[in-house]
Amino acid sequence: MTTETMTVTLEVFRYHPDTDSEPSYQSYEVPYREEWVVLDALNWLKDEVDGTLSYRWSCRMGVCGSCGMMVNGYPRLTCNAFLREFMPGPIRVEPLRGFPVERDMVTVLDDFMEKLTDVKPYIIREEEQSLDDGEYLQSPSQLADFKQFSMCINCTLCYAACPVYEHEDEFLGPAVLALAQRYNLDSRDQGNEQRQQLIWADEGIWDCTFVGECSAVCPKDVDPAAAIQQAKVEATNNFFISLLPFTPPGMGR
Amino acid sequence: MADDLQHDILIVGGGGAGLRAVIAAAEAHPDLDIAMVSKVYPMRSHTVSAEGGAAAVIKDNDSIEEHIHDTISGADWLADQDAVELFVNEAPREMIQLEHWGCPWSREEDGSVAVRPFGGMRIRRTWYAADKTGFHMLHALFQTSLKHTAVKRYDEWFATRLLVEDGRCQGVIAIEMRTGEVHAIRARSVIMCTGGGGRVFPFTTNAAIKTGDGMAMAYRAGVALKDMEFVQYHPTGLPGTGILITEAARGEGGILVNTEGRRYLEDYNLGEPVPIDDPRHPQLRTMELGPRDKLSQAFMKEQDAGRVFSGEYGTYTHLDVRHLGEQLIMERIPFVRELAKNYAGIDPVHEPIPVRPVVHYMMGGIHTNTDGETSLPGLFAAGECACVSINGANRLGSNSLTELLVFGKRAGLSAAEFAREHPDLDTDGLEAQRADEEASIAARFRTPRDGGERLATIRRELNATMEEGAGVYREESGIRATTEKVGELKERFENVGIDDHSKSFNTELTTAIELGFLLDVGEAVAHSALERTESRGSHQRTDYPDRDDDQFLKHSLAFRTDGAPRIEYADVTITNWPPAERTYGN
Repeated sequence: MTTETMTVTLEVFRYHPDTDSEPSYQSYEVPYREEWVVLDALNWLKDEVDGTLSYRWSCRMGVCGSCGMMVNGYPRLTCNAFLREFMPGPIRVEPLRGFPVERDMVTVLDDFMEKLTDVKPYIIREEEQSLDDGEYLQSPSQLADFKQFSMCINCTLCYAACPVYEHEDEFLGPAVLALAQRYNLDSRDQGNEQRQQLIWADEGIWDCTFVGECSAVCPKDVDPAAAIQQAKVEATNNFFISLLPFTPPGMGR
Repeated sequence: MADDLQHDILIVGGGGAGLRAVIAAAEAHPDLDIAMVSKVYPMRSHTVSAEGGAAAVIKDNDSIEEHIHDTISGADWLADQDAVELFVNEAPREMIQLEHWGCPWSREEDGSVAVRPFGGMRIRRTWYAADKTGFHMLHALFQTSLKHTAVKRYDEWFATRLLVEDGRCQGVIAIEMRTGEVHAIRARSVIMCTGGGGRVFPFTTNAAIKTGDGMAMAYRAGVALKDMEFVQYHPTGLPGTGILITEAARGEGGILVNTEGRRYLEDYNLGEPVPIDDPRHPQLRTMELGPRDKLSQAFMKEQDAGRVFSGEYGTYTHLDVRHLGEQLIMERIPFVRELAKNYAGIDPVHEPIPVRPVVHYMMGGIHTNTDGETSLPGLFAAGECACVSINGANRLGSNSLTELLVFGKRAGLSAAEFAREHPDLDTDGLEAQRADEEASIAARFRTPRDGGERLATIRRELNATMEEGAGVYREESGIRATTEKVGELKERFENVGIDDHSKSFNTELTTAIELGFLLDVGEAVAHSALERTESRGSHQRTDYPDRDDDQFLKHSLAFRTDGAPRIEYADVTITNWPPAERTYGN
């Protein structure tokens, strides 16, 4: 068969809250094209075959974070998951694991958005420098301290990969902890203590067994597992420091 | 659903301009009730895709005067000079503010923010966060907005129309995606920050959400769309997908070459090439650092001359960054490498990147003044959906991100003032409008109908006719055919059929409403292009190749009617920079 006439089977998760008591899978034949990603195939289906298919997408260049789904059981951005990786198929497409499903591949993000907000992801300072005095100086190496953790696109793939989040509702989760760390490590920020209250109280960080699946699935190499590890080390150090009768030099702020 | 959603200020759209407006209003007026409605979670907004940087005068070797002149000449003198002066003067403070809010700008060794060269700019003044500037700006703004916990967000609510009573905008009607319910959200003032409508074209860098919603809603409410004929083709998009390869690639020294290995821009009045190993390369306002309109036009001429490559996804030339070396590429333009590897299958460290012009930005938009006010009391606009105009006939790369900040803030502050001065809302009248809209959506889209065309058919034909008649080069018969085709498509759209008549998260319904918005945007673009019988900036008429300041040193204003839009003209404000020839080159 030439690539012109080749097709591939998509097994798509279907669930409609108004009519379905439980989800089902629907199979579709989709044209195979070498340069198509899974999202292209879904868009082709929605345009030509079945307008009821529901999923989120927008930038189709891997930066808006909308189109994460499970592809053959693995969390992926579908704009960057090529059909050719999964040939000859079938390709199973499902909503990201660990989240309630709104409809088809649309997950409920309420919990994630709430946790993102709770962690105070913004610069906290006792006093903001006047704009007249220009920018805060920050050396390239100070930037490098947190830059990696600032690359998170909130796609929630890491939550779908996380064995803890699935069972522990209270766990802040990889992306949110990485974001907290992003601000804690920023030389312009003084909000570490405020965030620590929440992070150190988080049952989840202690359950995190450093499997590292979150970092393995991250499409932007953010390495949230490293952020969680750092948070654990800081919390542990702080605990031992708190047992000392004095504050060692360089500790506390 | 009849309920009681009411706020002082309602911002529609959660991108850079909308978020800046929210923060400005919340900081200055903590007692006001502020809300934001967005059809996607704010961090998904298309600001996220901007790559290269944001312009503002910060370094000692730069000056306000230079930035103003670059912007005005880049705009082919169609920008309002009072607006440009204000913009350039307020830009540095806004950028410093964003730095204070945590945006991870790339830095010099001394810790100050770094700047890079950009097209059409005589001085290096483009702040950048590697090549994910829009992403970092959007996330910094969104995260900063979370400080203001009193701000109510309607995430994934899809605005369908403006609520206008007593000659005043008093809110919007919006569909709550999760439930499918149609709500009225009342507000004393409304700010449109919904971005552009690049999706009216087939080949675009624009995300799926860029469907001109706010432009169309304002247009339908009687507000003029200004300068809609000016559509920017970015010179370097990946063939096939249209994914943007940032101008920063050329700012860092990348070159454009044709099939003969020639840096062909030297044949288009953009100056002399300086060899890539010469320390003077790249030269500002020269060759690869010329303005976007001229570079895209040069590509089309090369194509006519048969000096472009031809591939499965159309023609292209080569953007070559290999000489920068892997280290610099990874430091300054890592996203370019990631995108080229993923979507073009080549590694720019070792191979040139295939690129061609791609629809990127709309200079035109909702007619506003420098405070974001429109002609409809209570309605404000900022960002790409608005037209102040600082961009005129051609926007300079890296001015739009800064524009979001400067005019987002100004719109936020003026909308707050308006809300204070106009407390009364016509609750009953607005509810009647909501019920009317709910009934109309139900009749059109929630009732199965036989024989309707698919949305995709109409969208594809719209895309094709826009490219055909209103692309980089235009002439009367082609544009006229496009205006007629868009008219025909608007009629056919009335009978479109959709598969999904359910309520919960019905994206086929919202796609249908978006297609309606796109048809209005396409109509305004095509008719404005037909009437402007001159060539200026991005609007190039092969039948009228010269700029005509006598007749057309004017903004076009497209007003919606029951038939073809009515096109009027308004003077361009000239202060200190009388119209002159645009010159580039060393």
